[in-house]
Amino acid sequence: MASNEFVQIRWHARGGQGAKTAAGMVAEVAVAAGKNAQAAPEYGAEREGAPIKAYTRISDQPIRVHDAIYFPNVIVVLDETLLRSEDVEEGLVEDGSLLVNTKRSPAEVRQQLGLEGRTIYTIDATGIALEEIGRPIPNTVMIGALLSVTGAAEVEQIEDSIHKKFGAKLSEGMLQGNINAVRRACEEIKSE
Amino acid sequence: MPERVAKTGNDAAAYALKQINPDVVAAYPITPQTELMHKFAEYVADGDVDTEFVQVESEHSAMSAVVGASLAGARCCTATSSAGLALMWEILYVASGSRCPIVMPLVNRALSSPINIHCDHSDSMGARDSGWLQLYAENSQEAYDNVLQAVRIAEHPDVMLPTMATLDGFILSHTIEALEVNEDDVAKEFIGEYKRDYSLIDVENPSTFGPLALQNYYFEYKKQQIDAMDAARDVVLEVGREYGELTGRDYGFLDSYKCEDADVIMVGLGSTMGTAKEAADRVRSENGIAAGVLKVRCFRPFPASEIADALSGASAIGVMDRSVSFGLGGPLYHEVRSAMYGSQTPTADFIYGLGGRDIPLGDLKDIFVQLDEIRKEGKAEPDVRYVGLRE
Repeated sequence: MASNEFVQIRWHARGGQGAKTAAGMVAEVAVAAGKNAQAAPEYGAEREGAPIKAYTRISDQPIRVHDAIYFPNVIVVLDETLLRSEDVEEGLVEDGSLLVNTKRSPAEVRQQLGLEGRTIYTIDATGIALEEIGRPIPNTVMIGALLSVTGAAEVEQIEDSIHKKFGAKLSEGMLQGNINAVRRACEEIKSE
Repeated sequence: MPERVAKTGNDAAAYALKQINPDVVAAYPITPQTELMHKFAEYVADGDVDTEFVQVESEHSAMSAVVGASLAGARCCTATSSAGLALMWEILYVASGSRCPIVMPLVNRALSSPINIHCDHSDSMGARDSGWLQLYAENSQEAYDNVLQAVRIAEHPDVMLPTMATLDGFILSHTIEALEVNEDDVAKEFIGEYKRDYSLIDVENPSTFGPLALQNYYFEYKKQQIDAMDAARDVVLEVGREYGELTGRDYGFLDSYKCEDADVIMVGLGSTMGTAKEAADRVRSENGIAAGVLKVRCFRPFPASEIADALSGASAIGVMDRSVSFGLGGPLYHEVRSAMYGSQTPTADFIYGLGGRDIPLGDLKDIFVQLDEIRKEGKAEPDVRYVGLRE
């Protein structure tokens, strides 16, 4: 996807998986890279494990709209069980992309959802997170995967943002783990 | 150099409060304002501000505390939402009647019942007669800019009235956006020093505060408030111009977008107006409708003659109301109609987004199409329409 487009991303996850943080961080990275961005979670009755949505917009032009995203270019699914229980693909534009956290291949996901003409990306974000961070929280891996899909920022810019945002909160080991996770996401993402 | 940052609307308003460095802030948390004061409390805890931060037990107490501090000569701020503003009610009038230039970010939220945490303008609209100035923001940039300007406007010697700078709950308060913030010393110099002529604690020059004024003097007090609100008109414009020279971002009563050659114009407040500008561009290119958007930034004092001027060339007008005066209709609609007294231009009221219901770009485009039909028919029937309502 060309990086000079108006990219609209919709996130699907379960409460506790870090989708709100991820949606916001992608926007922060994009702003740090000189672009315009917007990020917002959809607020409801939040509880851990409940399906939630979040939105990120990235553009070279100022972003004026403040509505929800109905026709996303990119849909990010942090929890693959949502593929069964939610209409995650709703509104995906004809040349759009779906990015799923799963051990399965893009072809297997396509068998389930169809989505002809769209690109399907998969990444075992939970597996990578367990190995690199020691916890099954897939969000930073998915940030890396998403930015490699959209080309909205370079890996170094993501690393900078991770340092800025979590530098004071996380141990050096955890920080490095998150950065490794982002790098591996860019390398291990599969598509068709 | 000004810095470009990514912040939520709440963080943007809190950053403005940090740069204001008020003498006293008293506040009580309420969604969606909570994170604004949470952030400001961090600035206090980190020593970034010198503010006396008072954690009170209710919004009634928050407003009472800043009124007291303001009368003593302190520069004061607070912030709230929805039911919090409702609980301040009694003291809102004490603040304006006592001529306390308190600055309050108000994070717009619906009022109960049923309970709802999301955005509409019922809270601020209910307070429109309380003697406070009201500035509305389209995005986080404007929320930040309005809070800084509010200090200058409120404290101007011709004004000395409290000012609320509103931002749409969640839609702005919890959305991260790019904005430009001023350097601390630039913001500080713009705001300047505050000195109250009469102070509660100036024992050398004792004055009376909060007096009893019955049939003998009360009316004269109120006339002075009316005059101060009128005087605020020039000050809003003067401060907006000065801020524009400083930052490149000019502010006035209104933000007129492609209204000069527009056949149909949408009038409204807050974050919806950004989406409306996009909708105007879309219907211009897709439907050939000459559409314009008139954003009302300053709702109190109400810029009636400026609105009438801006709408004078339109053949159909739609007013967007995110609140309702039960038994009357949309408050902005009725004030715009009043500003247009004598005009035969068909004008419809579009009531939308109550309790945070989303107003998609597609709905705003459809409203322009409806306005174009109204233009062709020369009449608006029905004149009240509900957007996105399930029947």
